[in-house]
This record gives sequence, structure tokens and C-alpha cells, in this order.
Amino acid sequence: MSSESSPAHVPLSRAAHVLPAAAGVGIKARHYQAFLDDAAAPAFIEVHAENFMGAGGAPHAWLARLHEKSPLSLHGVGLSLGGEPALDQAHIDRLAALIERYRPESFSEHLAWSSHGGRHFNDLLPIPYDGGTLQRVCEHIDQVQSSLGLRMLLENPATYVEFEASTWNEADFIAEVIRRTGCGLLLDVNNAYVSCINHGRDPGTYLAALPLQAVGEIHLAGHAIDRDGNGDPLLIDNHGSPVAEAVWALYSTVLDRIGPMATLIEWDNDVPEYEVLRFEAQRADLVLASARTAIRQQPKASQA
Amino acid sequence: MSRNEDFASALLGAERSPPAGLKAWNGSDPTQRFNVHRNNVVASLIDALSTTFPVAQALVGVEFFRAMARIFIVGSPPDSSVLFEYGRDFPDFIAGFAPAAGLPYLADVARIEYCRVESFHAADAVALDAQAFQALQANPDSLSELRVQLHPACRLVRSRHAAFSIWAAHQGFMAIESVVLDQPEDVLIFRPEHEVRTLALPPGGAVFLAALADRCTLAEAAAAAGSDAGFDLSTNLRGLIENGLVI
Repeated sequence: MSSESSPAHVPLSRAAHVLPAAAGVGIKARHYQAFLDDAAAPAFIEVHAENFMGAGGAPHAWLARLHEKSPLSLHGVGLSLGGEPALDQAHIDRLAALIERYRPESFSEHLAWSSHGGRHFNDLLPIPYDGGTLQRVCEHIDQVQSSLGLRMLLENPATYVEFEASTWNEADFIAEVIRRTGCGLLLDVNNAYVSCINHGRDPGTYLAALPLQAVGEIHLAGHAIDRDGNGDPLLIDNHGSPVAEAVWALYSTVLDRIGPMATLIEWDNDVPEYEVLRFEAQRADLVLASARTAIRQQPKASQA
Repeated sequence: MSRNEDFASALLGAERSPPAGLKAWNGSDPTQRFNVHRNNVVASLIDALSTTFPVAQALVGVEFFRAMARIFIVGSPPDSSVLFEYGRDFPDFIAGFAPAAGLPYLADVARIEYCRVESFHAADAVALDAQAFQALQANPDSLSELRVQLHPACRLVRSRHAAFSIWAAHQGFMAIESVVLDQPEDVLIFRPEHEVRTLALPPGGAVFLAALADRCTLAEAAAAAGSDAGFDLSTNLRGLIENGLVI
């Protein structure tokens, strides 16, 4: 159980491995062979945990081969951390079995809910940022971290609506969850951009309020552009296109703040050929390289 | 009603208003924004069903399939976030879906497709090879009393229609014109290594396999299958081994 006074103590036994500070790709079945054949493949892979919750067969045979070649980020999309009901223990057990089997370098989930009353909606649904939700999310993250025996990363959401009940702004809410639970931050730069545009906020101010020292991975993805009822832009986080230029720019400013960081290219709809994914990863690697150069050129006054 | 419940009910009812308590920074009507979630939920679940049931979709056409799937989803949303398990009840729904009554084989084709997904994800197991089986055959008495365990990726579908031939025609394995639609077919779905295979069973084969799955002895299973005049034990035993159905 979290308390407001002391951060939770999380066993770190399986969190000793971290993702490399380089570009990785969200990998789909159609890319497996090309990735294995690629002598200069992206530095890590990420898969959705739920796609590997079967007992056996080809998915596990492939994942074992892929993980032999590459560090693995296991990304959950179905825990419903922000939901009102208790977490589904069967789902946690299936996650625990996967983590035991593969020992991934990272496990992450979303600040969202997706299940209620025995029904799963297969979407990352928004939560109000109020005291009750804060308490519940922290309890759920405590439960996950202690059940899985690792420090998880929590992903900031892409949202389309806000709640009248919210008493916190999103960045402060996330910072408080991280402070209370000791979890890390999966900073989805596209989500940050999408949410800021959708709610008339300044992305720079939003990022400045997040606990960037807790970032353990960055996500980059494409979005679609729609309009709301007033004709203002409504960005849709659809993971179905190249990363937008505005998101690349925001990503650079993040790296200026925190230095090189594991960065994933996510592409879940209209999934392209491996080469397209790899091209996006190479672009991220270029931004990462310039972040490394910037760090080397910084005066080392702080170490004196 | 809880806030989640309010939100959840509005997600699946297209005619319902969005839940109370939503707002937008510019004062715009939150309905359009809420509809992003409605679309995500329904479209992604329809996509999940069309991934699992591609031949059923081809048989009725994309537009019909998506309309049918949408009705199923509203009444039977997934109970877990493991989407490849979603749709277990879809074949039964199809069987009772009046607008599809003109395609009486459709539900059985969908059953084959669901079993193929189950088989794909089933546990791994090493099948008994021919040598191990020959060793057992050295003593015919003990062989007949043998209870075998079928491979966990084996599935059976018994159809009063030519569900296998229709499915196979859609894989390009045979010409659809040659299919006799009302010819009953028993279908075996199995997975020797990682690739799922599907074939039509010989006469009595489904009864024989179902009896073995119920842990009957080989003799009992053969007796049960023997009620089918066309049943041939040696053919079926060979099928067990050649297809790696026994572990």
C-alpha cells in the first residue's frame, strides 16, 4: 500500500537490466524473419504482452529467437490500471508467467482503463485526475510491481476528453503516481503532443511538469488529424503512420533535457514493411546520436 | 452507477449520449470526442473477429460481416484482453443469425477458423513417433488396452455440411464449384510443429478421436467408431501417428 510520506520499496531483482539507449521497434509477426536476418537491426524490440498469452506454438518459438538476438520490452495493453474494479488476478498471473519465461528488460503499462464489469473494451480509456483515482491507480501499480517483482514503467496517455471531476492536471497527477509508487515513466512523446493539442495546452510546459528523471523508455508513433465539434484540431493516436514532424521536434527537446534514452517506434495499424519501420528507427538513432554529441560537449562543471 | 459503468454503457450503445461529466477545453460538444473511443472499441473488435474468421468474412462479404460482427460485439463483448481468444461464441451466434440463414454452413466454417486459432496458440508437446508406436504394437493385447493422450493442439469439428471443403476452397486447395454443400464432413485441426493443419477425416475418424480424447482405450474407441460402416482401424491408427496426434 502506498503512503503519501514514503515512496514504495520495490524489489529490483529483475529490473537490473535496462533497455539500451538506442532506437527499437514495435515488432509484428510479419517482421520477425526480416528482423532476425538484419545484421544491423534496431537495438531492441517491443511486443504486446497479450499477444503472447497463449500456452505455446509459433508465437513463443519466434519470441524466444527474437529475444536471443535483442533486448525485449514487454508492453501490456490490458491491465486496466485506471479502472474502478480490482485488477484481474488471472491476467496478472499470465503476465507473471510471461515475465518469468522471457525475463524482459522492461515491462510497461498504461495510465488508462480498458475493462469493466467483466467486459474488455480494447481501448485505452481516460480517467479523471482526482484523489480517489490517484489512490486507486497507486494501489494497482503497487500490486503489479509486487506481484511481478519488478519496477514497471507507466505510459502517459493520449486523451480526447477531460473530466469535470478532475482536480489535478495530468502531468502533476503522473508525477504524484511516480513519487508514491516508485514506478518509472514511459514517456510517449506522441501521446504528450496529441493530448496537449487536444486540450489546448503547451507541450513544452506539459513536459516540464513531468518527472523526466524517471523516464525509462520513450515511445514515438504517428497520429491522424481530425476536427472537434468547434472545428479545432482533434489528433487521434492511431499508430498508423510515420511520426509527425512536430513530434520529432518535441522528441529532440526531451533528449536535450534527459540525454539519450531507449526510444521505440510504434506502428500498430496499417503495419508497414519492416524497411519502413527500420527507416523510422534510423531517424530516431540520428537524433539520439546528436544528443550524445551534445552531452560530450557540455562543460562538466557539475562534476568538478 | 459508477463512472466506469456510465462510460462503458455509452461506449457500446451508439444511440446513447456520452456519459455526464465530460468537457473540452474549448467548450465544444464532447460527443464528437467521445466518439473516438466508440469507434476505437467497435472497429478494433470487428478487426479482431475478421482476423480470426477470414473465410467467414469472405463468404458473406466484408460489409455483411462487419455489420454482423458489430451486433455480436454489442451483445457479447470480450471478457478478457487476450484478443485472440475472442469469438469463441461467434459461430453459435452466426448459427442463430437470421440474415445468414441462407448459408447454413457458415457457422461450421467459423468453428473451423476458431479451432485453428486455438490450435495455433495451444501448448507445445512432442508427438509419439512411428518407432515408439511400433514398439507398442509388438504386443497387440496391450495395444488394444492402451489409453493415449492426444496432442493439446488437436481440435475436431463435425459438420452436417461440407465445411471443410468450403474452407479449403478458400485456401485455393480445391475448386469451389466441385464442393457438394450438403455433404457432411468431419474436420481435424492439428499442429505437428508450429504450422496449423486442417484436413477432412475418414469415416468414423471423428468418433474414434473423440473417444480417445475422452480417455477410452484404443479398443473402446475402435468399437465406438465401428458403428460407421466405413471405419477402418488401420487407416485411423496410421493417421494418428503420421499426423503426430498422440503424445
